[in-house]
Amino acid sequence: MIDVDSISKNYGKVSALCDLSFKVRKGELFGVIGPDGAGKSTLFRIILSLLLPDSGKVSVKGLDPVQDYKSLRKIVGYMPGRFSLYEDLSVEENLNFFASVFGTTVEENYHLIKGIYQQIEPFRKRPAGKLSGGMKQKLALSCALIHQPELLVLDEPTTGVDAVSRSEFWSMLHQLKEFGITIIVSTPYMDEASLCDRVALMQQGRILEVASPQDVVDNFRGALFGVSGGNMYRLILDCRDFDMVETVFPFGEELHLSFKDGGDHRTDLHEFLKRRGSDEVSIRTIQPGIEDRFMALMATS
Amino acid sequence: MRILFALLQKEFIQIKRNKTILRLIIVLPVVQLLILVNAATLEMNNLQIAVYDNDDSALSSRLVSELDASPFFRMSASPPNVESGISQIEEGTVDFLLVITDGFEKDALAGNTSRVQLLANAINSQQAQLGFAYLQQVAHRSMKNFAVEMQGIVPESKISTTSAFWYNPELNYKFFMVPGILVVLVSVVGMFLTSMNLVREKEMGTIEQMNVTPVRKSTFIVAKLLPFLIIGLFELGLGLIIGKLIYDVPIEGSLWLIFGIGTLYLIGLLGLGLLLSTFSSSQQQVTFVSYFFLLVFILMSGIFTSVDNMPEWGQKVNLINPFFYFIDVMRSILLKGAGLADLWRQVGGILFLAVTLVTLAVFNYRKAS
Repeated sequence: MIDVDSISKNYGKVSALCDLSFKVRKGELFGVIGPDGAGKSTLFRIILSLLLPDSGKVSVKGLDPVQDYKSLRKIVGYMPGRFSLYEDLSVEENLNFFASVFGTTVEENYHLIKGIYQQIEPFRKRPAGKLSGGMKQKLALSCALIHQPELLVLDEPTTGVDAVSRSEFWSMLHQLKEFGITIIVSTPYMDEASLCDRVALMQQGRILEVASPQDVVDNFRGALFGVSGGNMYRLILDCRDFDMVETVFPFGEELHLSFKDGGDHRTDLHEFLKRRGSDEVSIRTIQPGIEDRFMALMATS
Repeated sequence: MRILFALLQKEFIQIKRNKTILRLIIVLPVVQLLILVNAATLEMNNLQIAVYDNDDSALSSRLVSELDASPFFRMSASPPNVESGISQIEEGTVDFLLVITDGFEKDALAGNTSRVQLLANAINSQQAQLGFAYLQQVAHRSMKNFAVEMQGIVPESKISTTSAFWYNPELNYKFFMVPGILVVLVSVVGMFLTSMNLVREKEMGTIEQMNVTPVRKSTFIVAKLLPFLIIGLFELGLGLIIGKLIYDVPIEGSLWLIFGIGTLYLIGLLGLGLLLSTFSSSQQQVTFVSYFFLLVFILMSGIFTSVDNMPEWGQKVNLINPFFYFIDVMRSILLKGAGLADLWRQVGGILFLAVTLVTLAVFNYRKAS
């Protein structure tokens, strides 16, 4: 569906995207995971024909966003990270407006948005600007879907949204997949990666890895340990001083730690920390998650 | 076509929802025409004048009483000496001080030149000049009458001047102001509202959503500008009605011509609004920039002061001032009944500006987005 072939984009001297390549299959729910400033929005804007890449090629369903942008825009639905509907128009007016602009009607494609729109329909006379965050999001999704796009591009749809609305939103995306719509979604939250079919891990304009969430986790080589107890900050500094330690970073109430050879040197570390004066340290083996893989990739790149 | 209709419908709903703008569209012309036309008068009356009469003769008291009778001047109490008269000017209690020296009447009777001295507070130079001219007139008349009475003969006068004020026989200042204020009004709608409306799409981020729709840029622009063209013409009509009803401003020429040239003028200003909006990313910025242009255009346009008095470079600048052309057009059509043939220069100027501004704006808009 989407074929990104070694694209680069610079803003002046700052390199926003650097030689990026990946493919998105038809009907896939594809996640682009990365921290703020990784280049996710820039990437999306290039795919959407809103921005020209400095080099490289993109094709969406065989269409070139630079040359065929007119045909492309008919088959793509876009939900920007920031709420971008007309706040002074009502829910209903926004939906009708975007339907007309795409040369269709709400009735024609109502089946697509029914599940989502029904939840905000009681407020259809309310100005869009007066909706709550979760409702705004549902309206934006409805408007992006109203012309029955083949590709849905969602730029950080869950940023700044509460936990309940977030999980609701993801289940809506899974419903949409059943209509055969390809979805590409960006998020800074690692825990949302596991909800995608495949993910691309992005950092500073580069793609670190493209794989299914399970493969991302499986690609984590070696054993991972959770270290806890005592003063966390001191514990990090002490662990870093230990020769065998490869990576160590805080993760919730624990430190996630791996050793250079991927082996298990728990007893040695325990001894080392005891000598440094940390007595009540507990170290346990844990299952690596996507974030662990992300951190490991970041450390090596 | 359906897309254009949907866009227009959206624009009108938004304008209708924006109660502040809606009220301004109605109230602005009424208030501006009611207040500004009456207040912004350049007519001179009630200038404070003090007379120090050292001659105290029949001729000098005649001059003083004629000045007193004139509507332009209002007499203050005579100062005891010249110095205190001057200090009155310095304090600002009088605008003019007339000093009539001893021997004023004697000189006149002897056939010599009689002299008076006029001291004026020239902080407002226009007022000082006009006051001086008025006083000269009054003085000449007094002298003439005096001569007639004394010698019983009509002094032979080589040139007799009679004046007639064409197109505005009563020198009604309001007839001069109404067309000017009207132009300002129409322009504010054309420039401010348009540019702010366009920048608003950027500011709110809605342009991002519009840009991924199949809507053509040209369609989008037309849908943005058309409502303000309509509102601008509505303001023009409303202003003319107010001018006619309240000030009885004559409408000598063709209304069709006014609205025809008005449409062309508005297209140019809408282009300017669009151009300004491409340079700005917030409503605050665009307001500030529009304000700058508005102020320069208004003050250069000849709405208050005659353009002929401006230095040559100033008159050159007016060649690219749309206000200048349209104010001229409005005054000529309303007061003189000018037709298209008389106005080819102004219409040419407006046409040139409209084409240039719209081209620049569209070109820049494409580039910017």
